[in-house]
Amino acid sequence: MELQKFTYDNKLSKMFLYATVLWGIVAMLVGLTAAFELIFPKMSGGISWLVFSRLRPLHTNAAIFAFVGNSIFLAVYYSTPRLLKTPMYSKALGCIHFWGWQFIIVLAAVTLPLGFTQSKEYAELIWPIDVLVVIIWVVFGLNLIMTMVKRRVKHIYVAIWFYIATWVTVAVLYIVNNLQIPTSFLHSYPVYAGIQDALVQWWYGHNAVAFFLTTPILGMMYYFVPKAANRPVYSYKLSIIHFWALIFLYIWAGPHHLLYSALPDWAQALGVVFSIMLIAPSWGGMINGLLTLRGAWDKVREDPVLKMFVVAITAYGMSTFEGPMLSLKTVNALSHFTDWTIAHVHIGTLGWNGMMAFGMIYWLVPRLYKTKLWSVKLANTHFWIATLGMLFFSIPLYFAGFTQALMWKEFTEEGFLAYPNFLETVTQILPMYYLRAFGGTLYFTGAILFVVNVWNTASSGKFVRYEEDEAAAKHAPKAGEGWHRKLEGKPLQFTVAALIVILIGGLIEIIPMYLVKTNVPTITSVQPYTPLELEGRDIYVREGCYLCHSQMIRPFRNEVERYGEYTKAGETVYDHPFQFGSKRTGPDLAREGVKSLPNYKPDSWHYNHMLDPQKMNAESIMPPYPWLIENDLDYTNIESKISVMQSFGVPYDSYLNGQDPVEAMQAQAAQIAQGLRSGGIDVDDNKEIIALIAYLQRLGTDLYSE
Amino acid sequence: MKIVAQTLEQIAGVEIFPIISLLIFFVFFLIVGYMVFTADKNYIEEMKNMPLDKDEDFHDDL
Repeated sequence: MELQKFTYDNKLSKMFLYATVLWGIVAMLVGLTAAFELIFPKMSGGISWLVFSRLRPLHTNAAIFAFVGNSIFLAVYYSTPRLLKTPMYSKALGCIHFWGWQFIIVLAAVTLPLGFTQSKEYAELIWPIDVLVVIIWVVFGLNLIMTMVKRRVKHIYVAIWFYIATWVTVAVLYIVNNLQIPTSFLHSYPVYAGIQDALVQWWYGHNAVAFFLTTPILGMMYYFVPKAANRPVYSYKLSIIHFWALIFLYIWAGPHHLLYSALPDWAQALGVVFSIMLIAPSWGGMINGLLTLRGAWDKVREDPVLKMFVVAITAYGMSTFEGPMLSLKTVNALSHFTDWTIAHVHIGTLGWNGMMAFGMIYWLVPRLYKTKLWSVKLANTHFWIATLGMLFFSIPLYFAGFTQALMWKEFTEEGFLAYPNFLETVTQILPMYYLRAFGGTLYFTGAILFVVNVWNTASSGKFVRYEEDEAAAKHAPKAGEGWHRKLEGKPLQFTVAALIVILIGGLIEIIPMYLVKTNVPTITSVQPYTPLELEGRDIYVREGCYLCHSQMIRPFRNEVERYGEYTKAGETVYDHPFQFGSKRTGPDLAREGVKSLPNYKPDSWHYNHMLDPQKMNAESIMPPYPWLIENDLDYTNIESKISVMQSFGVPYDSYLNGQDPVEAMQAQAAQIAQGLRSGGIDVDDNKEIIALIAYLQRLGTDLYSE
Repeated sequence: MKIVAQTLEQIAGVEIFPIISLLIFFVFFLIVGYMVFTADKNYIEEMKNMPLDKDEDFHDDL
């Protein structure tokens, strides 16, 4: 058989490798800053772009899309040509992909701290950047699929199936979740509202974890673990089952993020059942990864690469066991809105994603530079520091999560809340936040050692740009092969098949939600926001308030007692985007404006609280937001905002009744400002704080106005 | 949102789509399971060794 010679170009692998290292450090540094800000709330010093609620989206986006994202592309650009026995299809597309992706990251790093956000977790980027993401993603997909078309091997190894499933699913998720109508170049409203928006967002959010943080990393695992251990994967059959089961089941599990919320029960039940079923393929994958090392455990003792892979795969197993447990309604009732979730996701990112990336890079750098790892000892030190860092990060947060949830739920014998003041439950767990910051510092220190080691290894060798290889020319498919093998042989068809598979899961969740009107019962007293409240709401979104304050009172005795009547789906019909939140670092705000409830605060309290939270509550960990008091409210976009809302069917025509939105705003602002001035606060009508107060005082009141 | 809902409503019998999708899922999964367990041994061996078929010249030096 004729053998063809060809070369692999390592340049893009090298570029993605350095991008992974660089953005990894940035993501961890921002995360560490955020962790310290929770202990030292004044740390941001009144600087808007340094405040926790604006840095937190930067941290999550940088960790997911910049650090893990670049590590995925590194794995894809290194392993795909070697598995398919052909260079990547196009160097130009590869370069556009690389620089386009880095440009997106830089844009994110600028816009998120400046408050340009859509407020959907892990989908915060504003619409022009979304468009860019889609373009670059298509470039990446084109390069990947065309490489598959050009391949010299007959069958496609399972790692590449995972890459393709990643590409297809992320494309679908990203587009569906980001459907919105711009009100200006930097701002837009999602087409979905309230509970439907929440369902779409968590269908996306959950699958971002599944198809960005899991499937491509499994592809990485199925290539690099056998490579590093120098033995084939334990069971290839298991890997096929693992693949199909995983992509099927993951796509249905999203609603487990909305348990006990206003989401209809059938959707919650669906999310729970599929989450539990996910244990099977996830653990199949973990076992397959770990058993690949059978007979090589002696090597694990010495080789930092294998050690990191072992911890990564174990962390994968732990968090994919924990995830389904957290989807059980009884466990979720306790864990949701607490630090338990933060601990859970960090086992995934620090353990699974981080350790896989470190292990892969420690294995790759010596190969790309034709040298030995500069210091195996230093890499082993990194391994231990990172593992300890992960544990010091997560264990205190598990403890914080249980403690706070139990305190929220505790009643006295007389039937009152044992801790009616939310702040008591925060100060109780503050020591755990110190330990978390310590754990984060350890992990970050390990990452610095990693940078030193990578840098010195690269400096000690010479970059091997081209590697020669040879393989037989492409086979024509033979008659009589199984349909699955034929399917693998046809990358385009395989991609479409994977697309259909994930769409099926999406449909079952989304179609009934769109259709059945009884899913969102109408509440007649629910009205649109006034123009001023709408602007205030946009400020609430801009500042990222949802990152620490939920707006979703669950139907539990303690929550109803603490916050008021539980949240109804019908109350959220004008909420573009929804603001349920996923974490209560501070109290729930769903009924903040209801005067008859214990949590009600007057306008002047909100004014002073934004200026200096510790003046109102000495132990509060909320950062100050003094710029809200100085900034003038921007009136220029309100008409386009109202008209976009109208296009969604929000009845502003009848609500405003011919009144000019700007005049309506000014009238309401004057009233609030007058009230503040009469209480001795020197404030102009046209400040942002006035709009925010208007919004906060509206929250949850419609249901009580009946 | 409205557009999507209206489009979907125009499809006759759209309510059954989710149930069909569940069935497709289940049947497909059974078929994949069957195919995998009855797969050709040589094929599985070949696939398994795919990442390893190149000589590892400096692997064990780490």
